[in-house]
Amino acid sequence: MKREFLGYVRDNGLVGTRNYVGIMSTVVCANEVARAIKNNVKGCMLITHHQGCCQTPPDLKIITDSLISLAKNPNLAAILLVSLGCEGTDTDRIEKEITAFGKPVKKIVIQKVGGSINAISKGSVIAEQLLSKISSCKREKVDISRLIVGVKCGSSDATSGLASNPATGAAVDILVKYGGSVIFGETTEFIGAEQILTKRASSKRVSKRIYEIVNGMEKRAKTMGVDMRQGQPTPGNIAGGLSSIEEKSLGAIVKSGSCQIEDVLDYSEILGNRKGLYIKDTPGREPDALTGFVIGGASVVLFTTGRGAPQGHPVAPIIKICGNPQTVDNLGVHIDIDVSSILTENSSIKESGEKIFREIIDVASGKKVKAEICNYNETMDIWVKGPVI
Amino acid sequence: MKKRAVVCNSRDNVATVLEDIKKGSLITVNIEKRSIEIKIENDIKLGHKFALKYINKGDQIIKYGESIGTATSEIKKGEWVHIHNLESNRGRGDIERGIK
Repeated sequence: MKREFLGYVRDNGLVGTRNYVGIMSTVVCANEVARAIKNNVKGCMLITHHQGCCQTPPDLKIITDSLISLAKNPNLAAILLVSLGCEGTDTDRIEKEITAFGKPVKKIVIQKVGGSINAISKGSVIAEQLLSKISSCKREKVDISRLIVGVKCGSSDATSGLASNPATGAAVDILVKYGGSVIFGETTEFIGAEQILTKRASSKRVSKRIYEIVNGMEKRAKTMGVDMRQGQPTPGNIAGGLSSIEEKSLGAIVKSGSCQIEDVLDYSEILGNRKGLYIKDTPGREPDALTGFVIGGASVVLFTTGRGAPQGHPVAPIIKICGNPQTVDNLGVHIDIDVSSILTENSSIKESGEKIFREIIDVASGKKVKAEICNYNETMDIWVKGPVI
Repeated sequence: MKKRAVVCNSRDNVATVLEDIKKGSLITVNIEKRSIEIKIENDIKLGHKFALKYINKGDQIIKYGESIGTATSEIKKGEWVHIHNLESNRGRGDIERGIK
């Protein structure tokens, strides 16, 4: 099998699959200005969220760290920070750390430049200059071992655990065998399956850490004093045949394949040059989980779905894989890879895994995914654990 | 012949259907090398489960060889198994708070 793709090799050695200027809002109150700037300049991607103010210091630190790690993703060649000016996010530290990382970064502060209209106008000029600078970056041939791939499932049903997740697991095994890096997560969807995952931990410390993040997630859910069913599994999962979180989890973890789990990453942590299979502590919800993998450095994400989830992500192309023949018929506009023949024609999981691996190479080299074609790429958030106060 | 239902592990007491199935249908499922025929007691949608054998109230429901919850009523062979007769053992803040 072909093991090379055409990527953007950045100065620090990380390899991107896309070449964007990220218009990054540093607080929920700056989102609309960031959006207007992005709309004015082709080639920019919008990075927004609902965080950055009236939150406790531990969460403000997670938000600042997450934005720094996100800005380091190799799909972003330059960053324009859009700040309101009075937020809790540490925008000076963000600017300083991105600069130290060697990536072009500029900042516009709405309260300093005379309000939203001036910020949009000045910010758009800066974005145009950044875009013009990065647009000469060229793709070059690189080995698959330099790719970081995220793995996620969403709008799952019972076919996910039987077809799309095992097929994706087979692709993950190929990636790891070839020396690549893979990040999966959705800690909520380890509940009831942690006894299987921990057997694959690289050490007792990592096994203990997996139990810790699962217990933490379950404890937070239980503090509401209710059965979490309807929240997890969701009404859509339930309609698709998943009766409990345990059933959802047991079907979900197979998307991580069979390799050793090297370590557990915190939500705002970057993977860097580490190789192999890693867990990132994230919730199951798409905008927060996808952002978690991209924060880790994933420049492509595999996303299995049973009922059909449409969204992509601003920073990385999201490859949708579906094993439900009814969804493939009905929502083909959102499905990149159809693996329903595993269920309808007894096709092998290994063959479907190879098909997914070939698609990773193509998408990493520039082939557009359905979410990019449908222009459904702005759904994202940053996961925090504390209250808005 | 196309498979109409699948059993993930030989320890399982439920099977998952791979197409919409009508009440009264006879379904053949393979469990390792054995093949058994079961009469389906409800209309069952793609992805949903039926019992491979009689399950007592309070028994564990097993899929993928692991517990996916507890039966909240007796379940007949061939009967649909879902949230009306299966409850999760995890994430139960209600039990912890003594509501249930």
